[in-house]
Amino acid sequence: MHWPPSLSAGPDPARRRDDVVTATVERPIEEAAPDVPEQKLRLNPITKDGVASIIGAALGALGLVWVLYERILPTSGAFGFWLCWYAVFLACYYAIGRMQWDARLVTDRLVAIALSTAALLVVAFVVHEISYTLYRGEKAIEHSNFFTQNMSLTGPLDPLTSGGALHAMVGSLEQLALATAFTVPLAVLTALFMSEIGGAWARVVRTVVDAMSAMPSVLAGLFILATVILSLGVGKSGFAASLAMTVMMLPIVTRAAEVVIRLVPGTLREASFALGASQWRTMWTVVLPTAKSGLTTAIVLGMARGIGETSPVLLTAGFTKEMNLNPFSGPQINMPLYIWNYVRFPQPNMVARAFGIGLTLVVVVLVLFITARILGGRPAGELTRRQRRRISRDARQSERVPA
Amino acid sequence: MSVEATPVAPAQDRPRRIKSATTGGDKVFRGILRAAGASALVIMLLIAVFLAVRSADGLKHAGWSFLTRREWVIANADFGIAAVLPSGIIIALVALLVAVPFSLATALFISEYAPESVRRFLITLIDLMAAIPSIVYGLWGLFFMQPRIIGITRWIANHLGFIPIFKVSIGDNPSAYTSSTLIAGVVVGLMIIPIITSLAREVYSQAPQGEREGAYALGSTRWGMIRSVVIPYGKGGVIGAVMLGFGRAMGETITVAMIISPIYTVAWHVLQSGGNSISALIAIKYADSSGLGLSALMAAGFVLFLITLIVNALAAVIIGRSRSGAQTG
Repeated sequence: MHWPPSLSAGPDPARRRDDVVTATVERPIEEAAPDVPEQKLRLNPITKDGVASIIGAALGALGLVWVLYERILPTSGAFGFWLCWYAVFLACYYAIGRMQWDARLVTDRLVAIALSTAALLVVAFVVHEISYTLYRGEKAIEHSNFFTQNMSLTGPLDPLTSGGALHAMVGSLEQLALATAFTVPLAVLTALFMSEIGGAWARVVRTVVDAMSAMPSVLAGLFILATVILSLGVGKSGFAASLAMTVMMLPIVTRAAEVVIRLVPGTLREASFALGASQWRTMWTVVLPTAKSGLTTAIVLGMARGIGETSPVLLTAGFTKEMNLNPFSGPQINMPLYIWNYVRFPQPNMVARAFGIGLTLVVVVLVLFITARILGGRPAGELTRRQRRRISRDARQSERVPA
Repeated sequence: MSVEATPVAPAQDRPRRIKSATTGGDKVFRGILRAAGASALVIMLLIAVFLAVRSADGLKHAGWSFLTRREWVIANADFGIAAVLPSGIIIALVALLVAVPFSLATALFISEYAPESVRRFLITLIDLMAAIPSIVYGLWGLFFMQPRIIGITRWIANHLGFIPIFKVSIGDNPSAYTSSTLIAGVVVGLMIIPIITSLAREVYSQAPQGEREGAYALGSTRWGMIRSVVIPYGKGGVIGAVMLGFGRAMGETITVAMIISPIYTVAWHVLQSGGNSISALIAIKYADSSGLGLSALMAAGFVLFLITLIVNALAAVIIGRSRSGAQTG
């Protein structure tokens, strides 16, 4: 009787699985060398062989695909070329790898290459999308009138030195300000409700907020159209648009704010309660200040979402070529709507104007996003340098007083 | 020194009831918080009620044929969603075909392969991708991608046209390939990459360390570990993420409305010009609709509302029941 039986019952079943490598790490057996410092063993080292295999496969595939694709087969086009190149590259790499390594190791490296390519393509897409918008929009914004005029006196055939988008920028700014003013108190209070009161109702609210954030944005516009515009008789205006924006921003800011408030350590709350503070005192003087940096991030990210929303405002803001400073009466255009209206003109100058606003929108979103990252760089409760200085100054002063 | 322990009868050892007197300020405060929480419920309820009420008129005119008619001619009371709904679903499916491989690969790369600095950069970039306005995606798709993708779609139509969905039956000129379901679907697919990626990444990164190390200890390669530990662990969460992505794709409005040329038959031929979806229909038709026309759009919107609600609820249930979801939720 052998025990354990698996030791003698032939190869371990796990070893037969194709994702298991048997002894691929080759290390020369070293004699005891006391003067050589211990080195960290790198599990996936970058070796000359590995790099050369990749480069070789890439170049070989390039040559083969060029001959086949451009010279022999009746195909053309850059996209198809690179698609074929990539497929052939993977095949070449597998073949080259198979000559040196175990099949499982080759699969492992092949997968690593494929996954990195996917991530790289996503990065390339984002970079390209942004830079393409910047490149196409440059033509319109290099004329300063783009930022100082509106479209009331400009026709589709007028050159880019006439007309601009000041009215759309002002509209976006006012609507975003209104929407933020509506969203922030409601979102922060709802987040406090979910984290501080809790219970079964908080779960229901969380589910509903999630459902709201997944709701198609055009329905927010349709809802405001049905209630505020059709039932209450308020005309299409910047105010109605800001309400539709609020419906979209509310769930985003609420969920982000809840996550941040939950990060506030429970011990801080308990300390405050132990000192006899009431619940709302604790919220106001302990929880909210601690979560301030994270809350700001949540709000700024919500603003970045809100300013780019098109479909809710499409149904509620109305369209105008003129400057309308009052969001409460008359149609008031904003930046996404400006693009939506002018991009469909066949005249290249109109498209250039649309791209000009596309550029502005991208820059605004980028600025908001970077601001949010900078503000949100610290976890909850970590102090800024200024706050730390103030605390140490206070401490020094209180030391001096009794002396 | 000895402490005399007096045995206490268990009956006497009752927990003391802690009574905290709620101050008046606290009562008001809790009331305000409850009201804020309730406001989210009220808004959602109002959305459902108002969409239903406003669509009553249109539904009364169209009757059950609202679900079977394909046209959208308000004057003859001849309108229905039998064409726009399936066409929208086709766009969403094309979007998933683009988004799912890229999202899952990127999520795996972020959680398993990327070094710390690259990981942070990629997470930020995916967040940024979600924040880029949809109209900018539309601009990119319309002016950059469309002229460049036509070559491929034309090649596919010419060589694989015997497969029904790749057939293009309106002549072989470039305009037969623009504004197609495929182009709209690809751009929408790019737009839903961030949501699927960030959810999948979160799920993958929570695969238990012990099981990972177990797989390595058995001699597995990194990919072997991922295949036998990370992917099975994340399955439920990833299915939920994909469904959430599908819901987003169904509701995407502006990009679809910008790219497709609206048709009122089911857009089976994905390469051929023409397509539609409920949300695109609303965006395109609302401007010249009033009265009955608006009510009909509200009815279409209500259907979209119900569909996305069901898809999202199903996704939530699947995530909640999965192993990964039970721990993250």
